[in-house]
This record gives sequence, structure tokens and C-alpha cells, in this order.
Amino acid sequence: MPVIRVRGLRYRYPEGAQALNGVDFDLEPGECVAVFGANGSGKTTFVLHLNGLLEGEGSIEICGLPVIKQNLARIRRKIGLIFQDSDEQLFLPTLIEDVAFGPMNLGMPPEQAAARAQKALERVGMGALLNRTPYHLSSGEKRRAAIAGVLAMEPEILVLDEPTTSLDPPGQRELADLLRDLPQAKLLVTHDVFFARALASRAVFFERGRIAAEGTVEEIVARFNWTPR
Amino acid sequence: MGDAAIERWSRQQSVLHRRDARAKIGALFAFLAAVSTTSPDSQIAFAGYALLLAAVIAAARLPFPGLLRRAALGLPFAAGFALLLWFSGERARALALLEKCYLSAAGALLLVATTPMPELLRALEILHLPRTVVLVIHFLYRYLFVISGQARRMRWAASSRGRLQFRSAAGALAVLFARSSARASGIYQAMLARGFSGQFPALAPPRWRAADAAFLIAAALASAAVRMAL
Ligand SMILES: Nc1ncnc2c1ncn2[C@@H]1O[C@H](COP(=O)(O)OP(=O)(O)OP(=O)(O)O)[C@@H](O)[C@H]1O
Ligand SMILES: [Mg+2]
Repeated sequence: MPVIRVRGLRYRYPEGAQALNGVDFDLEPGECVAVFGANGSGKTTFVLHLNGLLEGEGSIEICGLPVIKQNLARIRRKIGLIFQDSDEQLFLPTLIEDVAFGPMNLGMPPEQAAARAQKALERVGMGALLNRTPYHLSSGEKRRAAIAGVLAMEPEILVLDEPTTSLDPPGQRELADLLRDLPQAKLLVTHDVFFARALASRAVFFERGRIAAEGTVEEIVARFNWTPR
Repeated sequence: MGDAAIERWSRQQSVLHRRDARAKIGALFAFLAAVSTTSPDSQIAFAGYALLLAAVIAAARLPFPGLLRRAALGLPFAAGFALLLWFSGERARALALLEKCYLSAAGALLLVATTPMPELLRALEILHLPRTVVLVIHFLYRYLFVISGQARRMRWAASSRGRLQFRSAAGALAVLFARSSARASGIYQAMLARGFSGQFPALAPPRWRAADAAFLIAAALASAAVRMAL
């Protein structure tokens, strides 16, 4: 059974743009899939549907659970979403509180949540900054913190929207190593072909709100000439 | 609020910072009640309240200038009414109005400058303030950072394109609000994605100690004493 199953997903923003136009997609357990596509092709809109933040037409199932109101609490603990913009993900006054926010929402007692948060921050190389205020970190540090915030929840599926943006090259390498070691199924929205090559076994290509092609990372990159140079 | 300095102060250490947020809220209410019911003519009582505040600021080891300056931010609003009173001949009441406003603002500022926001929200929740009110306070606080950050970035972007003044301040303001509200809804979505259900988790649940009760009683007695005696 796929961990993500999407059929015929369509969505139009209230302000007008038809952002998704019939998306069919499956993610198998343990698989890592790269999502490519031009700016504005609907990638972010797509991932916002996976845990019910946006509601379009069509059907989505996460680990067999349909994404409907009654299931949202369960679905949001199964699927960890790392946002394109880390500033949006951080909102509590200290890093440790922010990262512990997710585990606490799962009903975990405070000491256990704090311990998990600390572990997650150490995994992303931020163990020394526990009591810092997230709004005053560098972009790369914010990105790491946002990733820790989701790792701390230990979800079954990880969805990362452009995770390498503003990470320095060693940071990108460390993130790739970290993700490779995690057993979860992963969906990796990225413009970074190197990063996708390092992790993904399959790629899909978004075009005007649909998946226009899928194949290995190399096939997609070659077919759409998807390299910066 | 929405001010990095206050955020930083609220995380310092002092006897006052260590007090339970509920004790500080109670003390603030006692102080506000005393100030607001003081007769406009007893200037000496206002001096007494000011001394009380000064003692607490010193105990909290907060910087006087920064705190006193921020407490004055609300004065322009009160000044309108004070002017009306002044010109209708009620000079004592006009003066007292400004003094009461300033003292109350300084007192409230002392509460937020010695209590980290999550602790404060948690305390309000325990004190049975309606959840929606607590949430509104939290979001307001968070979004003030968002808006001030957004405004700063727009100012930088504008000035780095060689134009130090916005040509159309109204247009820029509209963009600022559109961006801030997009940002705000993004933050809310990210909170939902991490399982937020309207409940406020706190890492360290508050603990009421004897010192908290002592502080609350002392603050209430001191306020009452100034109110009665001076
Ligand atoms: N909040 C919104 N309101 C209205 N339209 C939107 C909104 N967000 C995105 N869109 C539109 O929907 C389309 C898809 O946007 P989306 O953010 O999903 O693109 P994307 O593939 O993630 O792009 P990028 O690579 O730049 O991140 C775009 O045409 C965009 O203009
Ligand atoms: Mg995007």
C-alpha cells in the first residue's frame, strides 16, 4: 500500500489561479521521490494538500487514511511538512520550545518533549543554540531549526519543500546525509539537481499544475534540460 | 510589544523574573486598581506609586531608560483627553490622567518585561481567560514581530534601490499589510502542520511557591498603603 496516494487532485486559489489541474501520484514506503518543476508550476500547492492545509477536488490518502476533517489530527502526526519559508515555521521565543511544540501537541509530557527536541536539534547541528530566539538566527540556521521541529515529531513521511535553500554547501551535504539515514518515505521538492541525485530514486516533473512526466532523476533532468548550466 | 528588547528582558534572571506569572498578574491588578481609584489631587500618592515601580524595576534589574521610554509610548493617546480637560479648566485632573496612564503602562510593561510570553499566556489560561482571547494575544504578539520584520525588509529593499523615501507611503503600507497577512496565514498553516489544536503546551508547567504568595501580598499591601495613606 502506498503511503501517499493522490488521484485527480485539482485546486484553484480563491484569488483565481488554477494551481493544480489533475494530479495523480503515489509514494511507496521507504521511497524518496524528487519533485521538479518550474516556479509557479504548483509544487508547493501540491504539498499543502497532503496534510489537509488546502482542500481541493479529488482524493488523497495518507497511509490508507483519506484526508478529511475527522482524520486530520492523525494525518498530521504521520506526515511531517517542512515549509519552503522557515520564517513561517518558527514562532516560539526559544529554539527548544519551538522544536518541542510538535511533540507537545502530540500529547507528550514536557520533559520527554524537551529531550526529543534537544536530540533533533543536535541532529541538525544546532545543539548549542537551544535557548536562542529563532527570529534572530541566520536563514540557514532557521532552516535547520525548522527541520528539527519536524524531525522531533518522528513522522512516518517527510515532505520537504526546497530544504536546501540558504544552506551552505557543508550544510547541504549534512542534510543529504541526515535524510539518507532516516528510514521514512520522503518527498523532496527541489530545484537542486545535485541534492535530488544524492537522495531520490525517482522524480516527477510538474508543469502547469499536473505531473507531466516521471522517471529516474537522470531521465527527467535530461528530458527537460533541468540543469543551471 | 513585538519588541526584541522586551523579549530579551523577559528572559533575564532576577527575583521578579522567578515569580509565578499568576502572582505578577495579581500584583499588577492590585496596582492598577489602586492607581485608577486615587484622587486626582493627591500628587504625593502618584510619587509614592512611582517609587514603588522604581523599586520593582531595580529588583528586576531592568534598564530604567529603556523601560521608562517604552512606557511613554501610550501617552500621545491619553494626551488628547488631557488637553480637553486642561482647556476646560480641570488642570489637576488633566495632569492626574497623564500620570495614571503612565504609571499603569509602566506597571503593565514590567509584567511583560519580567515574564516570557509563553509563561504569561499559560498563566492567563490557568486563570480561565477564554481560550480565544489567549490565542488572540499570542498571535498579536507573534505577528507584531512579523510586521516589524516585514516593514524593515521593505525599507531596506526600497533604500537599496536608491530611494530613501517611499514615494507613496500609502501604497507601501497596503503592500506591507498584504505581505504580513500572507505571512501570518503561512505561520498558522505551519502550526497546524505540527499538530496545533488550539491548546497551549508549555515546557515547564508553573509552580506556585510561598515566595509567589508573599510577593503578591506585599505588592497588593504596598499599593493599598500608598492609596490610603498618601
Ligand atoms: N496564496 C496564493 N494565492 C493565489 N495564488 C497563489 C497562491 N500561492 C500560489 N499561487 C499561484 O499558484 C500557482 C502555483 O504556485 P506554487 O506556489 O504551488 O508554485 P511552486 O511550484 O511551488 O513554485 P516555486 O518553485 O516558485 O516555489 C502559481 O501560479 C502561483 O502564482
Ligand atoms: Mg514552492
